[in-house]
Amino acid sequence: MTRQVFEGIKVFDFAWAAVGPQVGRELAEHGATVIRVESHRRLDSLRTAGPFKDGKPGTNRSAMYTAYNTNKYGISLDLNNPKSKEVARRLVAWADIVTDSMAVGTMAKLGLDYESCRKINPGVIYFSTTQQGQYGPHSGFQGFGHHANALLGLCTATGWPDSEPTLPFTPYCDYIAPWYVIIAVIGALLRRHQTGKGMYIEQSQFEAGLSFIAPHLLDYTVNEHAVTRMGNRDRYMSPHGVYPCRGADRWVAIAVTNDKEWQRFCDVIGDPDWAGDPKFNSVICRKENEDELDGLIGKWTKNYTPEQVMTMLQDAGVPAGVVQTGEDLLNDPQLKHRQHFRVLDHLEIGPHSYHAPAYRLSQTPCDIKRPAPCLGQHNDYVYKEILGFSDDEIADMLVEGVITTDADVATTM
Amino acid sequence: MVTEHDSLLGGYRVVDLTDEKGHLCGKVLGDFGADVIKVEKPGGDSSRNIGPFYKDIPHPEKSLFWFSTNTSKRGITLNIETVDGREILKRLVETADFVVESFQPGYMDDLGLGYSELKKAKPGIIVTSITPFGQTGPYARYQSTDLVGCAMGGLVRILGELGRPPVRMSCDPQAYFQASVHAALGSMVAHYHRVLTGEGQHVDVSMQEAVALSTMTATEVYDLMKVNVIGTGQFFINPRPEPHGLLFLRFVFPCKDGHVVIYYLGGAAGLIQSSQALLDWANEEGMALELKGYDFRQWDGSTIAEQELDRQYKAIIEFLMNKTKDELFEEAIKRGIMLAPCAITEDIGRNPHLQARGFWEEVDHPELGETIAYPGAPVRMEKAPWRIQCRAPLAGEHNEEVYGKELGFSREQMAIMKARNII
Repeated sequence: MTRQVFEGIKVFDFAWAAVGPQVGRELAEHGATVIRVESHRRLDSLRTAGPFKDGKPGTNRSAMYTAYNTNKYGISLDLNNPKSKEVARRLVAWADIVTDSMAVGTMAKLGLDYESCRKINPGVIYFSTTQQGQYGPHSGFQGFGHHANALLGLCTATGWPDSEPTLPFTPYCDYIAPWYVIIAVIGALLRRHQTGKGMYIEQSQFEAGLSFIAPHLLDYTVNEHAVTRMGNRDRYMSPHGVYPCRGADRWVAIAVTNDKEWQRFCDVIGDPDWAGDPKFNSVICRKENEDELDGLIGKWTKNYTPEQVMTMLQDAGVPAGVVQTGEDLLNDPQLKHRQHFRVLDHLEIGPHSYHAPAYRLSQTPCDIKRPAPCLGQHNDYVYKEILGFSDDEIADMLVEGVITTDADVATTM
Repeated sequence: MVTEHDSLLGGYRVVDLTDEKGHLCGKVLGDFGADVIKVEKPGGDSSRNIGPFYKDIPHPEKSLFWFSTNTSKRGITLNIETVDGREILKRLVETADFVVESFQPGYMDDLGLGYSELKKAKPGIIVTSITPFGQTGPYARYQSTDLVGCAMGGLVRILGELGRPPVRMSCDPQAYFQASVHAALGSMVAHYHRVLTGEGQHVDVSMQEAVALSTMTATEVYDLMKVNVIGTGQFFINPRPEPHGLLFLRFVFPCKDGHVVIYYLGGAAGLIQSSQALLDWANEEGMALELKGYDFRQWDGSTIAEQELDRQYKAIIEFLMNKTKDELFEEAIKRGIMLAPCAITEDIGRNPHLQARGFWEEVDHPELGETIAYPGAPVRMEKAPWRIQCRAPLAGEHNEEVYGKELGFSREQMAIMKARNII
């Protein structure tokens, strides 16, 4: 095994929910030592969100939680207990990076805001990511990624022109914001390497999400055109859509980007009479008769599985792809080739598949070796070996509720 | 130009050979301070023809897509399919730290410009390749567009409405942007390693994988529950073990002037508080009285019946229909209710919070005679600020500067290059 990129980098990971923990995960999967600090008294919201093993909620049964906390060590600590101060102090002193995604003001109340941490560890790199950022009139809003979907206009931009806004199942902004934080954290580590200085990083996840709407925001600013729901239509391509296939609820996406591809598309579908009709002759004509065109294409696609349509069209150089379900992704031969999914055996959930990053590094591949910790799983190792507490001190902290246990879990999940 | 100490990537150079699939990667690195040189085909990249356009005028120097994905870059033209073009590119790479490209797998190798060759020109170089499916594998040669990338990555199946085809987000191109940001991220991991060890590497990015990472728990739900998540309109789909089956939770609610997203649920402590606060507010105004006294601690997502949900939704919607999005959001912030308005584009432009935070960046476009407000920093750092260094380049705008001043070509040589369609 070659040296891992972030070997030796230490992260005090206090961030929770989806955005913050994905930053620590990326670093941990490339060698950083990341200690996730949680309390049984206020469970990470992901531990209370499914899917759960056998559909039964439980502190250590959520596959959403495990997905974002691979390779980390996990300890339990009640930071609201005044006797936790010494633990927190040692964690801050130990860490290169401290992470925060709590509601604005929480870290200050705990004495763990950037200023406090910097006094203990002047070179610390510290990030706070929240939905609306640390300041501004909406900074107190406590929303999750689905609320960011709404604020970003993704609900009004997803669906059909003749119906209501829809809810993207995924809290999509949670899969934009963390990538920028990781880039900033890596930059900050390198800057510290050069100057010895730490850094404070602040993020509004909403603002990060807006970077993915940029062309449309400019279109509004300059032209006053709002984003509208267009189904699967594209402004410049035709045919461009999702078409029904053989099988139950099976679909294929097809996008013809130019005239050459239209010719090849017609070849593949066997040059039916309608394909030669002047009303489908040019992209401008096809755009004008798009409903009819989509109906005719759908009649053809319905004879085949989406995999067959994709293969026939791709072999002819026409962009097409299966509208993949979760099941399809897990069985996708390309993703298998790239080892996108890694099976890890979690203590309570058992073996299942975890996403790897979207990039392959030729010299320093990621190493995804451990599923997320059960709450408090590494208390012994971390309190003793890393933070240097004695057995007696640890016993005291357990008795005093500084180190929380399963008995502290609130009854409602 | 940003100096080395006041930006994250000041002093590092990126050679950007991407098409529309990868433009955002170079922009991200440029906005963090890198010197990004966008290399276009003579005459300019075809992505300049992607709309929307400034004042709706289709013109290669007026593409708002181009503007928004190429800030903080300088622009040169170069035909890398010519012998001279290849040599010039290698000279440019000698001065660079990153090369980002999004050609078909194998194209750069065929030109003698693959990673192994570029490494000879510049030991330690990081070459980042953005492709729809990755450099190798059964789909490596497959063509893609934004729609196909979103579909193959699983982001289409989980959007839309029951009984209609799955959809992509109309604010395209999300697949390209996901691929580009993961490319910037992978490049930074490689960069860290290079600074510490001197070793460069090849970063192989798959758009499909980048999209797959944005699908929340679509694969985990299948893995654990053997259920495929699908788009369910205004509802969030929550699979439960039998006999309870799928639970459809309403997340998008109508209000007086549009829609809002609400977590109207029991379960975790924060959700109970939020739902209770919404109900209390409605009750204070004499609405949803049939739910008065309802204790959200008894709200159990694993057993709650559809009829009970419908009863509650009906009462809450009656209340919401008296309120505007803005009224609801303002009060939601005060009362700790997890409710946010479904913005239309105009709402984002006039969002007072973004204005108070100074989010928008005014970018000067001298040839258009105006400045345009661009979305600002996706993450903020006081000491090494993110900033838009300059507007997107015009085609060949920096040929003189880069070829003449920096690479030392003479005027005569540049005239030959121009005449031979090399630049």
